[in-house]
This record gives sequence, structure tokens and C-alpha cells, in this order.
Amino acid sequence: MDLGPHAAFIVTAYAAAIVIVAGLIVWVIADRRHLARALDELDAQGIARRSQGASKEKP
Amino acid sequence: MPVIDYANPSRFVALADRVLPWLMGATLLAFALGIWSAYLAPDDYQQGATVKIMFIHVPAAWLGTFGWVLMSAAALGTLVWRHPLADVAAKAAAPIGAAFTLMCLVTGSLWGRPMWGTYWVWDARLTSVLVLFIMYLGVIALWRTIEEPARAAKVVAVLTLVGAINIPIIKFSVDWWNTLHQPASVLRLGGSTIHPTILLPLITALVAFTLLFLTLHLAAMRNEIMRRRVRTMLMMQADARA
Amino acid sequence: MTALAALLVRDMRLAVRVGGGALIGVLFFLIVVTLTPFAIGPDLALLARIGPAILWLGALLANLLALDRLIAMDHEDGSLDLILMARAPLELALAAKALAHWLTTGLPLVIAAPLLGLLLNLDPAATGAVALTLLAGTPALTFIGLIGAALTVALRRGGLLLAILVLPLTIPVLIFGVAASNAAIVGPVPFGAPFSILCALTLTSLAIGPFAAAVAVRQGLD
Repeated sequence: MDLGPHAAFIVTAYAAAIVIVAGLIVWVIADRRHLARALDELDAQGIARRSQGASKEKP
Repeated sequence: MPVIDYANPSRFVALADRVLPWLMGATLLAFALGIWSAYLAPDDYQQGATVKIMFIHVPAAWLGTFGWVLMSAAALGTLVWRHPLADVAAKAAAPIGAAFTLMCLVTGSLWGRPMWGTYWVWDARLTSVLVLFIMYLGVIALWRTIEEPARAAKVVAVLTLVGAINIPIIKFSVDWWNTLHQPASVLRLGGSTIHPTILLPLITALVAFTLLFLTLHLAAMRNEIMRRRVRTMLMMQADARA
Repeated sequence: MTALAALLVRDMRLAVRVGGGALIGVLFFLIVVTLTPFAIGPDLALLARIGPAILWLGALLANLLALDRLIAMDHEDGSLDLILMARAPLELALAAKALAHWLTTGLPLVIAAPLLGLLLNLDPAATGAVALTLLAGTPALTFIGLIGAALTVALRRGGLLLAILVLPLTIPVLIFGVAASNAAIVGPVPFGAPFSILCALTLTSLAIGPFAAAVAVRQGLD
């Protein structure tokens, strides 16, 4: 596809957009993984949320 | 500290788990359509192929301002109705809106260099979008600085509503000050001034990017709810040990 | 003496007696104006041309740095809690404090501006225009700063964040303040147009500032 004399600018603009969108997606996914892992660890230690009833904690 | 009832957010997370796959699918479909139509779109008789930058610059600008409008609505939800999900919605939207505002500035700058001869000019619209970006960063900084989420939400809500004055300034700046950035050509009285062969890909791109925003926002809201659960559980753990 | 008047007098006394008050702001203003020729060069014609802008920037920054005296100081020693518990509405109490702040910080900047204009080779007409715009605009800077101070009241090291939050909101005041000054000096544009908008900005901030600040203070201290 011939992008004309300013091809470099068009390509760079699209590349920047891709980088930013990819960054957002990676952030959301990585954040979720990190939080899911933290929740699993806390669950394993027996801490329950208030809505799940009384909490027992292993020392 | 007021005890937060998690029943509502739990229902929300369940809803998000069901809705997100569909949203993701719709987003991918819309982008496939958008990319294909952008590829086929003709060159502008004045700007040549660089008009294709418009298909990412305009959606980015739209989402940057939409993000702040969303945060303002959430701010009202926090201050007026004390809705717990409003806090979560506001916090999740800030980084996403900031990223799209940055995309608007970068793509606009790269479009401006071949078209206007300069990467930057201090005209009304560019300046007010830059100010919007700085305000986004201020909001994010404020979220991170106040530790307790419920308190942070209320303070950020005030800042968001005060900063909302910038949104009409951005929209109408090209009408009030006739400087360099081109005037409104899509949403204006009398209909759009863009030819359909370029308008249709643009609208497809707008839809695709908006679906992307909503997907990211929903996922980020789910993350934020998880983050607050983790925080509460850590505090309970610390309490139990004390 | 009513409670609000007492609050006003108390704030003014504190500003004058305790450090960080009126003269320190003026001193900072002087330093900023002195620094600019070192950065830009001593060309008097250039300094005269950008003089209004330098004076406005200096006044803006001096005002900004004094903002932590507005609410945070009272929060630290507990007076803010007393103000919250008092019968006078919080909005009016904050407005009184902001007025005291402007009288002791903003107004001295306005008075100092003509003297500093001499350093920048401004002619009398320009100096008068700048002083007048500062007189009209510095209350806006104070009342917008009031909102920022309220947002960061409970933060321990909120100084820089305060600046980040306040400065974007003060940009319109800066734009029209300098535009009005330049209009009086150079322009084909009449002085009245930007000056009216500047006054409108000040009046708007006087109306909105105390209310937004009160909400922020109440929420921030919960």
C-alpha cells in the first residue's frame, strides 16, 4: 500500500497507537493476575471476607 | 472506618465475568472491520494518505474527553448518591482516559508535522487537550496519595467536577478561537462535512475504540474491586495478629 | 465582632507574625523577577515586551507557594476541627480565610508589581495595566488555590501535588491577565474584553471556590 511521501509519520502514529493500546491491555491483565494471586494467598491463610462469615486465621 | 458492604460489588463482578467475553469479541470484530475499511479508504485530495491518521487520532481525542465525562458522572454518583461502584468506576477510568489523551497528543503531533510543518503549536485545542492530560495525571496522583479508598474517592470527585470545565472548552475551542486546528467537521449543526468514503471508516473506528474503552474499563473495575478486597483482607489479617 | 470577622483578623495576624507571610511572598516574587534576566539576557527591549508575562508568572508562583498556609497549617494544630465544629458555615469560614490570605499575600504582590516593573523596563502605562490586572486576577488565584489546598489538606507532603492540581485550573486566569496587560500596551484588541473576562473568572472563583473547598475539606477529613 503506497502511503505517499509522509509514510514514516503515518507508520509511527499507528505504531504509537498500538504501543499505547497494548500497554493498557498488558496493564489490565498483569494487574488481574497479581491481584488474583494475592487473593488466593490470603484465602489459603484462612482469612474470610466479612460477607463470608467469621474469619479464622492460622498463626 | 465505615464498613463497606461487598454485596453489590460481588454481584457486579459476577456480571462483569459474564459480559466481558462478549465485549472482547465485539471489540475484536469492530477493529477487524475498522482496519479493513481504513485500508480501503481513499487518499484525501489535499492530505494524501496522512488522512488515515485521523482514524486513530479522532477516536483517541473522543475517548480522552469521554473518559473525563465518565469520571465526572461517577463523581456525582460518589458525592450525591454515595454509590460504592461509582468510586470504582472513577478510579478505573483515570489511567485509560489518560492513555487515550496521550495517544491523541502523539498522533496529532505526528499528523501535524507533515501537514502544518510543526510538531506542536500553542493553539486553543492543543493547549486545552494538553491541560486535560496534565489534569488526568493530577487525578491519578491524588488517587495514589490518599490511602483510604473511600476518602480518596470523595476528594478526587471534587477535583474531577472542578476540572470538568475543561471539557466544553476543548469541544468549542476550535469554534471560539480560529487558530490552527481545523474546526468541527463531524458533530456540528448542519451535518458532517466529511465525505462518506472517509466518514464511514471514521465512524467504524470510533465504535471500535469505544468498545475497547468499555472493555478495558470493565476489566479495570473488576481489578479495582479485587484490589479493595485484598486491602480489606490484609487489614483484617493485621487486626487478627495484633 | 462576628465569628467570621474574628477568623479573618486571626488569619491576617498569623500571616503577618508567623513565617511564610506577606513579605516572604513578595521576596519570592522579587527573586523570580530577578532570575529571569539571568535566563533570558539583559536586553531591555525584550524584557519590556515580556514584562507583563514575567510579572504574572511570578505572582502566580508566589501565590502558589503560600497556599499551604491556607488550610494545612490549621489542620496541623487542630484549629480546622474547631472551625468545622463552629456554628458558622464551613463555606463562609473558608471564604474568610481565603480573603485573609489574599489580603496578606495577593495584595502585597499587586503593590510590589509596579516596583518590579521598573526592573523589567516597563513604561508607566504597562505597569499600570499589569497592576490593575493583577488586582483583578489575584483573588481568582487565591480562591482557586483554596480548592487545591482543601483537596490536599490531609496529606502530609502534599505540597507538590497541590501545585499540580492548582496550576492547570489557573491557566485561564493567566491567559486573560497577560492578554489584558498586553492589550493595554500594544494591542489593537481593546483592554476591556480580556479584562472583563478576567473579572468574570475572579467572580466565578469567589462563588465556586468556597463551596468546592468545603466539600473537599469535609470529605478529606472523614
